[in-house]
Amino acid sequence: MSVAKPLPHDAAMLHVTGAARYVDDIPTPRGTLHLAFGLSPVAAGELTALDLDAVRSAPGVVKVLTADDLSHDCDTSPSNHDEPLLATGEIHFAGQPLYLVVATSHLAARRAAQLGTPQITPRDPILTVEQALAANSRFEDGPRIYQKGDAETALAKASRRLSGQIEMGGQEHFYLEGQAAMALPQDNGDMLVHSSTQHPTEIQHKVAHAIGRPMHAVRVETRRMGGGFGGKESQGNALAVACAVTALLTGKPCKMRYDRDDDMIITGKRHDFRISYDVGFDEAGRITALDVTHYARCGWSMDLSLPVADRAMLHADNGYHLRDIRITSHRLRTNTASATAFRGFGGPQGIVGIERVMDHIAHELGLDPLAVRRANYYTDNAHRPTEVENTGTAIDNRTPPDAEADLSSRGAPPVPTGKPAIPATPPDVQTTPYQQPVTDCIINALTDRLVESADYDARRAAIAEWNAQNPLLKRGIAITPVKFGISFTLTHLNQAGALVHVYQDGSIHLNHGGTEMGQGLFQKVAQVAASRFGVSPEVVKITATDTAKVPNTSATAASSGSDLNGMAAQNACDTIRDRMAAHLAERYQTTPDQVRFADGMVRIGGEEITFAAAAASAYENRVSLSATGFYKTPDIEWDRIAGRGRPFYYFAYGAACTEVVIDTLTGENRILRADLLHDAGASLNPALDIGQIEGGYVQGAGWLTTEELVWDETGTLRTHAPSTYKIPACSDRPPVFNVTLWDQPNPAQTVYRSKAVGEPPFMLGISAFMALSDAVSACGDNYGDLQAPATAEAVLAAVGRARK
Amino acid sequence: MDITFLLNGEVVSLSNVSPTTTLLDWLREERGLTGTKEGCNEGDCGACSVMITDENGSRALNGCILFLPQVNGKAVTTVEGMASADGTLHPVQETMVEHHGSQCGFCTPGFVVSMATAHLNGATDHDVQLAGNLCRCTGYAPIIRAAKAAEGAPAPAHLRSLKDKLAQDIPAPAKAKGAPHVQPESSDELAAWYLDNPDATLIAGATDVGLWVTKGFRDLGAVAFLNRCADLRGITEDETGLRIGAMTTLTEVEAKLAPLHPSLGTMLRRYGSTQVRNAATLGGNIANGSPIGDGPPALIALGATLQLRRGDARREIALEDFFLDYGKQDRAAGEFVEAILIPRQHDTLRCYKLSKRFDQDISAVCGCISITGNGTEVLTARIAFGGMAATPKRAAAAEAALVGQPWSEDTIRKAMEAMTDDFTPLSDMRASASYRMEAAQNMLLRYFHDANGTPTNLLEVSA
Repeated sequence: MSVAKPLPHDAAMLHVTGAARYVDDIPTPRGTLHLAFGLSPVAAGELTALDLDAVRSAPGVVKVLTADDLSHDCDTSPSNHDEPLLATGEIHFAGQPLYLVVATSHLAARRAAQLGTPQITPRDPILTVEQALAANSRFEDGPRIYQKGDAETALAKASRRLSGQIEMGGQEHFYLEGQAAMALPQDNGDMLVHSSTQHPTEIQHKVAHAIGRPMHAVRVETRRMGGGFGGKESQGNALAVACAVTALLTGKPCKMRYDRDDDMIITGKRHDFRISYDVGFDEAGRITALDVTHYARCGWSMDLSLPVADRAMLHADNGYHLRDIRITSHRLRTNTASATAFRGFGGPQGIVGIERVMDHIAHELGLDPLAVRRANYYTDNAHRPTEVENTGTAIDNRTPPDAEADLSSRGAPPVPTGKPAIPATPPDVQTTPYQQPVTDCIINALTDRLVESADYDARRAAIAEWNAQNPLLKRGIAITPVKFGISFTLTHLNQAGALVHVYQDGSIHLNHGGTEMGQGLFQKVAQVAASRFGVSPEVVKITATDTAKVPNTSATAASSGSDLNGMAAQNACDTIRDRMAAHLAERYQTTPDQVRFADGMVRIGGEEITFAAAAASAYENRVSLSATGFYKTPDIEWDRIAGRGRPFYYFAYGAACTEVVIDTLTGENRILRADLLHDAGASLNPALDIGQIEGGYVQGAGWLTTEELVWDETGTLRTHAPSTYKIPACSDRPPVFNVTLWDQPNPAQTVYRSKAVGEPPFMLGISAFMALSDAVSACGDNYGDLQAPATAEAVLAAVGRARK
Repeated sequence: MDITFLLNGEVVSLSNVSPTTTLLDWLREERGLTGTKEGCNEGDCGACSVMITDENGSRALNGCILFLPQVNGKAVTTVEGMASADGTLHPVQETMVEHHGSQCGFCTPGFVVSMATAHLNGATDHDVQLAGNLCRCTGYAPIIRAAKAAEGAPAPAHLRSLKDKLAQDIPAPAKAKGAPHVQPESSDELAAWYLDNPDATLIAGATDVGLWVTKGFRDLGAVAFLNRCADLRGITEDETGLRIGAMTTLTEVEAKLAPLHPSLGTMLRRYGSTQVRNAATLGGNIANGSPIGDGPPALIALGATLQLRRGDARREIALEDFFLDYGKQDRAAGEFVEAILIPRQHDTLRCYKLSKRFDQDISAVCGCISITGNGTEVLTARIAFGGMAATPKRAAAAEAALVGQPWSEDTIRKAMEAMTDDFTPLSDMRASASYRMEAAQNMLLRYFHDANGTPTNLLEVSA
């Protein structure tokens, strides 16, 4: 069976030979036009005039469009209808597109786009948390608050108490392939769009809206992306809409790709957060009360900020059982690029918040931070049944659907279902702050195993000894856990479709709603399909995501790709397989349960024929060999206003141990070793899963160390190229890097009992940050109060505070 | 301009190409070879890496900031040319598949080219060879496993014989022509032409000028490509010291200087990336007058002088005197940097490069310090910094606070104090002013501890 085999990525051969095609590599028809945006140089103000004469007369320019030239509403927002393709007067951020240049080449369009002269009456931009709070500039009416128990009373009663604050920067996705789209006009004004997107259905929806046609007039195809990480969930809308609108206007194919600097200036990033906390605890470090406040800088438009900020709140507990807790979340509107989805979708920020609290408590009590973490862990209970009967009361204060709304977006409003939102919980089961029972916890056993395999205790002692000998260099070590909720929190997105054909020669065509951005989803789903038919994976043709094959797809996001699409494909395959079995049983005069598909053969009672012969036989006997498949995640229900329910079908777990060294003269630092133990359930493909874990760790560590976004006081992003924004390079990976998969299947009924793996390992990188904090602790008696990203400058500042 | 080169083994002759068309754009848009990717268009990500071969061997370069005339007379091998003609994969392609070295695949062609070039050259210092290739998916571990696994395999015949094939197919490459642009073959030819065309742009490795074009959309006017001026390239040595031709690449500089000044060698391995050092020249690093280049502080600390030439007139000045102000150098119209002279000396140089990311990052502060003493007292001190002022600059007050004083932490602390008279650094996206000052001061302290044998080097610590 091909499931669980460590097969290479389906396109690995194409990747290494340069033959894998991305949007910009697709041969363009003659006459294809190329687009570029002219951008606002200021962060806030009123656009009063736009002199585009120089743009129009630049070489190669065919047309220049402003908002006035657009015949339809060209909104590109995934949520709030607040992102006009081109500025309509109000300027919201430095880098906002003002006009669209259409030219005969990419270079001509880029050159000309520099030449416009906008007249803007500037306003003071709102850039910081303080400025936004002072101006009450926010999304939603006020802060969102989730609470369980009574944090206030419990805080008052706490034997020990402390408060603090951590700032964590945002993060640029830095997908190696920048945003790109191409629109090809079809018969009768229909549109074929190639888009580098995680969400073809959203592209289809936005393009259809922008050209004033039903969704059936637009077909979106995505074969692969050169990286996504959340940055291509909604940020490709503008390019696809621009291409389609221009293609309609000119009758020519239109292509647009952002230059790297434009990409970094225009598109959204991970939300930067400030998290402040007031925590009560006992002498063992057990938290007895927590009042935590999140401040998220969301940028100028709503985009996906509400669900991002929600997910941060939903991970304010990470792996810790908190009885009396209040989580307050401010979603602040600022004159900066609109922050968007990024691997973890707010989860990492929420988790950094609580990990920081653990670290601070440990310092206060003089304990090993791991002891404090363990004292607060949820209890392991992996063998409990996961299904908990929903018998609670419904809280139904949700808004009804809007016909215009982008229903397949995570930014869409929830649909009222009338179902109970608060599950009743058996009294002996621990619940999260949003009252979901935690019934699959393995974090204690997992941590125990990591402590042993990483030799944590001995190394911690050796490091303390080493630090005593070394005045200038200090080492640090930390173990941090991850518990990450799996499912879209917008419940109706937890559905997927697939389309499978078996041809008369036994070859199989596979299509589903998931997109391939490097994570190996296509290969995993192909392995599922091959397993259902008992054939080798080469028999299965993997095909580009296509809105004409599988409609109404959700974004490939929230780590959901293989859970949802794997199940949908399994469903489609089983339908065909069952039809084939019924036919063969009839032909060989037996019952369908006597038909077995394995090793490329079909055994029918005592007979055996090839899968190809079985397919031919089915065809000749007029059996349909094509089927759609569908899957929806069971047992989930969530009320995001009340902050109660069971938003997640299950949790994925992991833990990481990182050792670092810092230079106390400059704050420079290196990771020395990392040991990761991660729970992918019964892995569909261990090689691909380990790839996600290694890569996620390095990306997470990068977020919290070298990756620093800097805006100046005018709101201009100063780090808009790889020369100034530093993602990890080759030598930044841990020189000793041990990655192991947890060996138990998912207790929840997922595809082959696997677990989602895209986002959870990102948060293993938090251990690098906490190891740096540990090294800082070796420099002095005070708490170093390390802030993120822990650049050399931030580390040196923390060393200074520790020594004060 | 008219040029001829070998592309994946085939002779290509082009006429009337714009001198500032990049190899990357030409490959993708004119030639349809889309394996080579554009990731950043500024030489920082390596997705556009190509292998360039000439009589000096093969090296990886960034195609996005390589102008077509720079490959005139050379062999270009792209990712499409790494497998053998019969389709047999290159060993690094095989091991990349086997070890799951690609995820999204977009950076992969660049990695394959860098890895194949290193493999051909027998280089196994993979972290150095691949510092210029960014990957956002894998965390690099499987790529390094792949690079190691391919180490023992023989290089494909078509790559091993590439140099011979080039000599055979393009035996006497003509220089690129096309007025008003030139590709002179000697410093004399350059000197005469530049005297007549003082407003022209001289292009050495194009690692900076490339960005003027790809990001700044600058019209360079008449350009001269200097890469065929053989007498501008190379290092000669006599009893007085070294003479480094302005067109000597950083790769060549590193090879020569690392044994003489190991700390400088270590810094040069962090200078740009392998692709950048293969293109960038020491003369270019100085002539462009950047306040944050890493070459000048080290050279100033070594007491280097600069040889400038205008027509047939030559003059020699101390390197620190070349940098007058931000963007302003002591260079007359029509004058160019011909060579850098480094006096022979006992090695007391330490180079401290401070940047957000360890590899391939522009320094926030680059401190280069050389102090000599007689065991008890400081005799000489040459201390130069990049990133602390509008130009690379000596810390004169700190030097004065050291010379003639006892070799002690107390003296060092006084010199650290004096440094506030030397510099008023700026805050920018790389570092704040106060951090720059504190770190620069601490670099002096590090030098002291280092000299006294206290461990100061992060790279010497392992788990």
